[in-house]
Amino acid sequence: MNRRDSIRSLFLGSMAGGLALESCVNVSEEVLAEKVWTYQYGRTPAEAAYDKKLLNSDFLNGSEKNTITRLANLILPPNEKGTVEQAGVTEFIEFMSKDFPSLQTPIRGGLMWLENHCNRHFGNSFVNCTEDQQLSTLDQIAYPDPEAKAQKQEVQFFSLMRNLVLTGYFTSEVGIKELGYEGNQPNVWDGVPEDVLADHGLSYDEDWMPKFVDQSKRNDLAQWDDEGNLIS
Amino acid sequence: MQIIENEKKYDVVIVGSGAGGGMATKVLADAGLKVAVIEAGPFFDPANPEQQTQLKWPYQSPRRGAGTTRAFGEFDMAYGGWEINGEPYNQIGDSQFDWFRSRMLGGRTNHWGRISLRFGPRDFKGKDRDGLGENWPIGYEDIKPYYDKVDKLIGVFGSKEGIYNEPDGFFLPAPKPRLHELYYKKGAEKAGVKVIPSRLSILTKRINNERGICFYCNQCSRSCSVYGDFSAGSCLIFPAQKSGGQVDLYVNSMVREVTVNEEGKATGVLYINKEDRKEYRVSGKVVILAASACSTARILLNSKSITHPNGLGNSSGMVGKYLHDSTGSDRMAFVPELMNRKRYNEDGVGGMHLYSPWWLDNKKLDFPRGYHIEVWGGMGMPSYGTGFNPNDLNKYLGLKVGGYGNGLREDVKKFYGSVMGMSGRGESIALESNYCEIDPTTVDEFGIPVLRFHYKWSDHERKQARHMHDTFEEIIHNMGGTVLGSKPGADRDYGLLNPGRIIHEVGTTRMGSDPTKSVVNEFEQLHDAENVFIVDAGPFVSQADKNPTWTILALSWRTSEFIIQELKKQNI
Repeated sequence: MNRRDSIRSLFLGSMAGGLALESCVNVSEEVLAEKVWTYQYGRTPAEAAYDKKLLNSDFLNGSEKNTITRLANLILPPNEKGTVEQAGVTEFIEFMSKDFPSLQTPIRGGLMWLENHCNRHFGNSFVNCTEDQQLSTLDQIAYPDPEAKAQKQEVQFFSLMRNLVLTGYFTSEVGIKELGYEGNQPNVWDGVPEDVLADHGLSYDEDWMPKFVDQSKRNDLAQWDDEGNLIS
Repeated sequence: MQIIENEKKYDVVIVGSGAGGGMATKVLADAGLKVAVIEAGPFFDPANPEQQTQLKWPYQSPRRGAGTTRAFGEFDMAYGGWEINGEPYNQIGDSQFDWFRSRMLGGRTNHWGRISLRFGPRDFKGKDRDGLGENWPIGYEDIKPYYDKVDKLIGVFGSKEGIYNEPDGFFLPAPKPRLHELYYKKGAEKAGVKVIPSRLSILTKRINNERGICFYCNQCSRSCSVYGDFSAGSCLIFPAQKSGGQVDLYVNSMVREVTVNEEGKATGVLYINKEDRKEYRVSGKVVILAASACSTARILLNSKSITHPNGLGNSSGMVGKYLHDSTGSDRMAFVPELMNRKRYNEDGVGGMHLYSPWWLDNKKLDFPRGYHIEVWGGMGMPSYGTGFNPNDLNKYLGLKVGGYGNGLREDVKKFYGSVMGMSGRGESIALESNYCEIDPTTVDEFGIPVLRFHYKWSDHERKQARHMHDTFEEIIHNMGGTVLGSKPGADRDYGLLNPGRIIHEVGTTRMGSDPTKSVVNEFEQLHDAENVFIVDAGPFVSQADKNPTWTILALSWRTSEFIIQELKKQNI
């Protein structure tokens, strides 16, 4: 079915909701268009409008974002493979805090715990503490007690931030490359590589081999005999 | 507000565009009939780049694939989910039935698992075996020719195995298993569990010149832009239009009721156009309901008239009764031998490459009916959640959990691809006490009374779920794996998921030869109105441990041929 047919059938029932941009306060049309364009991934009009609303509103303030960026750099220090900045981790956490509003209080409250702790012990805000002071703070909250029924608030906060930083990183372009995921592209699967099979002491059963697709004939039109045996 | 009449008179009005509605559209339009398809959601074509999510990366989304707007993650191709804004449903007492709806052309066929299993001879005659439930009025031999035709038209890969209750078909060749699947095979076979190549409606080989061939991206749940997998739009409705069929699609059109004349015969349907919120009527000689088992029951129950005071087709009081879903329970395993894996692209097809059909004899078991086992795992595309609890598995290796720093990178990479899982999907017993009905206290945003559900699992299903977990654990141990999570006990129904979670809900308008105990006859024709047919899974007398789609398609084809004959004979 070509595009024109699609459009014709679409109009028979009702008008399709277009990508009409809803007006947004405080944001110029250019900025709005830019953010929408960045995230073009098959949204329905309602979903696109929801994304736009979140993208063009703020939850975290500038100092909170700075703290998160510093924290993220301690959780996952930069190396030659990539940085949390390249992975857009802070922006991702900002977005998720609006997408999952239940994250807002744990994040904001946790950041306040961090500031309070640093002020009390070091007379400074978290980002202005020395790296040693920052790390000594993390040492107190980065290791959940495996025996405890419930973890302390600050430990939960750190686990949440660790999760968000790591998932933000490993779902980014640099993170996926570092992880070594090689898919999401057209290819022809023809089984586990021989050396991998050998490493694992596994092989394909001889009596299974005839059941598998012969990839050299994948383009030949399928034909069967009356018994259902493939003959092409 | 007036009802707006559509001047056009159709031969057939089809409500719903999923598997059942799509197949009816194809068969009836190919026969030259004038067809109107009424779909509650928007137009959808997997090839439309504006709607496409296939081959998108997680970082192309600000939420990296999280499931905020779509239940299975935001790249999944189902517009809807278990909850839809403006379309509520209610529970009776402490029932917990979860109702999944997908509002779009093609319905749930755009995202489903493509598991395409034929029901076997035993599946149609459950009562003969164990005295439970009811037999179907038809048997495997009645539907076999249609399964054959569906295989050839749509395409399904698999292998000829000669297992009596897992009938072979006209298969495309199967893809080779992935590494974790070979581990599963080793562990399962050691436990005496049969393992065979899976049977999915994905084109591993060319089937015609209109559809592309699978290019192994693992994303059938996002709907294939080259039509390499089955969805009702790409494989049925678009081809019907393309070959010159008279098919008009009415999208964003929510059907409220079937209208009838003085004799009680259907005249068409009333729907609400979601865009202008006005009521329209479209007329046809025949009305086919394919809105999904529960939506169809809702439409019938809301279609009250002088001749059908309890709702259309409901003189027996059976509409909505015998609602049943597949049983389901899952378990995960950590396989240390799969740590530090060599990297290569093992996306494969969208779903498992092998599985276990039901392999046991119930005479030696404490529950009726069976289940099959699906397998999942591998080095998949990262998505929201990847990297959560990055080194929790360290506890099984005697290493530290938690912390920070670049060691976390190494932990995530070390464990990538080392966790796999199993899902049991089984047959439940259809009970009259499990049902949906109209809730007179609530309407949806279109003013249509909504459904409320009453559904309780019985011990048959609980015992089956317990058996699943015993099996999973044995297989995992045989693979050299570590079972994750504790074994669910009686307090958690042995891990049995809520009814509705497996999204195989069927039975609400069941088929039978006795009009006092069933809603439709063996040709899915209402006992109470000869020009109304139901081609979704509502007519299923029992849902085998198979997935319902292939049987919906075969029955819809059979029913459509019956409709063509009856129209020719001027019987309807």
